[in-house]
Amino acid sequence: MERSLSNNNQASQKLSFPIIGMHCASCARLIERQLVRTPGVLSAAVNYGSETASVEYTSDVKEEDLAKAVEGAGYRAILDQRTKDRGQRTSDEIKEEAKKKEIKELKLKVIVSSILSVLIFAGSFPEWITFVPKILSNNIVLFILATPVQFWAGWQFYLATRSGLKNRTASMDTLIAIGTSAAYGYSVWSMIFGGDKYFDTAVIIITLILLGRYLEARAKLHTSDAIRKLLALQAKTARVIRGSTEVDIPIEEVKVGDIIRVRPGEKIPVDGVITEGVSSIDESMVTGESIPVDKTVGNSVIGATINKSGTFLFKATKIGSDTMLARVVKMVAEAQSSKAPIQRLADVVSSYFVPIVLILAVLTFVIWFDFSPISSEAFKHAFTNMVAVLIIACPCALGLATPTAIMVGTGKGAEHGILIKDAESLEIANKIKTIVFDKTGTLTEGKPTVTDVISSQKLNVKSQKLLQLAASLEQGSEHSLAETIIKKTHSLKLKTQKVTNFKAIHGMGIEGEIEGKKYIFGNRALMDKEKINYKNQESRIMNLEEEGKTVMLLALRQAQGKLLGIIAVADTLKASAKDAVAMLQKRKIDVWMVTGDNERTAKAIAREAGINNVLAGVLPNEKASKVNELRIKNNVLSNWDNSKFIKHNTEPVIAFVGDGINDAPALAAADVGIAMGSGTDIAMESAGITLLNRDLNSVVSAIELSKKTLNVIKQNLFWAFGYNIVLIPVAMGVLYPFFGWLLNPAIAAFAMAASSISVVGNSLRLKSVRL
Amino acid sequence: MDKLVVTIGGLSVLSFIYWFFFGKSKDEIVEVKDNIDVIVDGGYKPAAIKIKKGKTATLRIKRLDTNSCLEEIIIPDFKVKEYLPLNKEVEIKISPNKNGEFNFHCGMNMYHGKIIVE
Repeated sequence: MERSLSNNNQASQKLSFPIIGMHCASCARLIERQLVRTPGVLSAAVNYGSETASVEYTSDVKEEDLAKAVEGAGYRAILDQRTKDRGQRTSDEIKEEAKKKEIKELKLKVIVSSILSVLIFAGSFPEWITFVPKILSNNIVLFILATPVQFWAGWQFYLATRSGLKNRTASMDTLIAIGTSAAYGYSVWSMIFGGDKYFDTAVIIITLILLGRYLEARAKLHTSDAIRKLLALQAKTARVIRGSTEVDIPIEEVKVGDIIRVRPGEKIPVDGVITEGVSSIDESMVTGESIPVDKTVGNSVIGATINKSGTFLFKATKIGSDTMLARVVKMVAEAQSSKAPIQRLADVVSSYFVPIVLILAVLTFVIWFDFSPISSEAFKHAFTNMVAVLIIACPCALGLATPTAIMVGTGKGAEHGILIKDAESLEIANKIKTIVFDKTGTLTEGKPTVTDVISSQKLNVKSQKLLQLAASLEQGSEHSLAETIIKKTHSLKLKTQKVTNFKAIHGMGIEGEIEGKKYIFGNRALMDKEKINYKNQESRIMNLEEEGKTVMLLALRQAQGKLLGIIAVADTLKASAKDAVAMLQKRKIDVWMVTGDNERTAKAIAREAGINNVLAGVLPNEKASKVNELRIKNNVLSNWDNSKFIKHNTEPVIAFVGDGINDAPALAAADVGIAMGSGTDIAMESAGITLLNRDLNSVVSAIELSKKTLNVIKQNLFWAFGYNIVLIPVAMGVLYPFFGWLLNPAIAAFAMAASSISVVGNSLRLKSVRL
Repeated sequence: MDKLVVTIGGLSVLSFIYWFFFGKSKDEIVEVKDNIDVIVDGGYKPAAIKIKKGKTATLRIKRLDTNSCLEEIIIPDFKVKEYLPLNKEVEIKISPNKNGEFNFHCGMNMYHGKIIVE
């Protein structure tokens, strides 16, 4: 649904929305007339092809009026956010139906042509199969049996050839149509004028290739299983509170702000925030996180996840195409249509492939005819080898090698909460040599707690008073640690005081006045700036920092400022951090940690996680430039290796793992940006890979998935290229001078069908990969 | 004699194949203002589409060809993969922000076209 505002004399709006139920162009005219009759509608145009209406109307027309007008004509207008999805899904449904119909038709053709092929084969070789009735060997009977296979079952090859030739291009169908027509046409000629017959070759080729197509079509249906599964997760209805009653409405009609009730065992219909009640929610289907998450008032919930225990009410915040599920589906679909760089070679080859095979086939005929060792067999050899060359060439395998693997690979990732933005990210994730983790919220839980409150011995300020002052000052701050201190104060039932002249000092801390006294609260740099002496506490501060705690100092700011006390805060390392880091190091990946903390604190946390390389004291806006610096440093190192004759084909790939909005530039600067957690929209947008769960092992899984997918692509390409490179010359007869081997065209057809199926089958193997 | 006829005939067929597939004149480039109708019938017509950088263009694609190879259109650089139902218009919106030539093709990569962004 698209909207636009135009500022004419009278304020008018434009709205386009899908319409369901049209079955001919006159339906469109009928709806147009009905819409234009609605008071306030300035113009209306209905497109039958795209099934949408575009209406321009004045501001006093309501959307409901438009819906009523369409309904009055006997159709249905989709006037909410879900429209786009609805439109797409209809197209998906059409596709699904068309595919099923195609598979059904193919099945019938395969069955009929198989039966006829067996009869023709038996009739063509009465010397081998002696028990068949003689009539089957009759030329006319063979002709009658072969014709429906050639022109009914094989008609699709002719159609495709015709459409290609119109555009002066050729496809695999062209090769099959020419090859089988040659065999069939020559047999008809021989039937009339005498000579060898190849009806069996023509029909067996068609049957085998159709069988291959049938199996391939069935297998390909499964390559897009992931999206189908994701769409199936969605709830169909929502129980919305309307006044004092609760009504079940279709999910498409839910609006932002609706209060929705979810009972135990039910699916949460859309994204939102809990307003009443508590529950435990199974989010595994979206995030891959296997343990249910406890949620209470104020926590956000994701549509399509399952409410395990309690009943709760929540307010819808995101609907239709804005929900997490819709974005996941969109991202997976987009990734599946993107192109991996590795595919480029296959692309170049396939654009020249068919004409080259046609040329080779003609050359085969001429060479065999001119130089056949047995001159009486010259035509037979030339002809069968030409047909074999046409049939065995398989550009399909080349075309299917990369996309099928990407489809299955990205789908597999989505099942585990690993969203891959495009095929390129998937391909290069395998080559990561350096990985930089953001500390807060990525390596750590991102939920710091107050661990130590120490008052300056001289002044003996009570620790509760220290906390109260710090919390009062932090009220206006947006720093993540502010919340921690305020929470601690609340848990001790302490009240915060009024602060005036509040000011945040970037990268240092805050200042403000309470009851006429000026206070400052922040790091050492702030104390140095205000000339506060904290040296007598230095050893204590260092001890706390070595334990990985972030230390903040509170001081009175006056002529001779005094340190009042120290508050230390610590964030716990994620349980998965140590394992994940060890696994990455095992893969010979250089692991770094970047943080705003001072070096001592940073090193303590890094040590706990097993990380040796630390970038400490980095301000949020410096993260991207640090990533670039690391890249330059790595390049220098790899050049140095070059000087020692160690060959490096590619630049070392650097990855950044982060979560928050301030990580977006670093995510974009890295070769592979990996956004953690549910991720903000901006982080998802900048990252090549988004991990929907908070488990750091998913980083390892993403790299593993990339490696496995790339392996499958390489195998597919190797197979597809190798197949054609080896078997086309064999079909041309290069082995004949050495071993006397020639390739029967029917066997060529079997090999060619098997080749496509094996590529799709190999890609489907990714479904069973363990991550 | 037969051999001579076959050789000459074969060489003529080879030259014809070469001329037919590799000797075609370049696709005519059609510039898009807001939207453009693209017909899918034995390929894409027009097969070369020019779009201004920073503008949004709508491709209204209609497949008239029953060939199942053409039932999907893929524009990898814009992450578009659309199923094209027979005789039914499908709209694809494209907003390029980078100059260059971007290829599009059918599901099996046998039929090609390109989007030129300037």
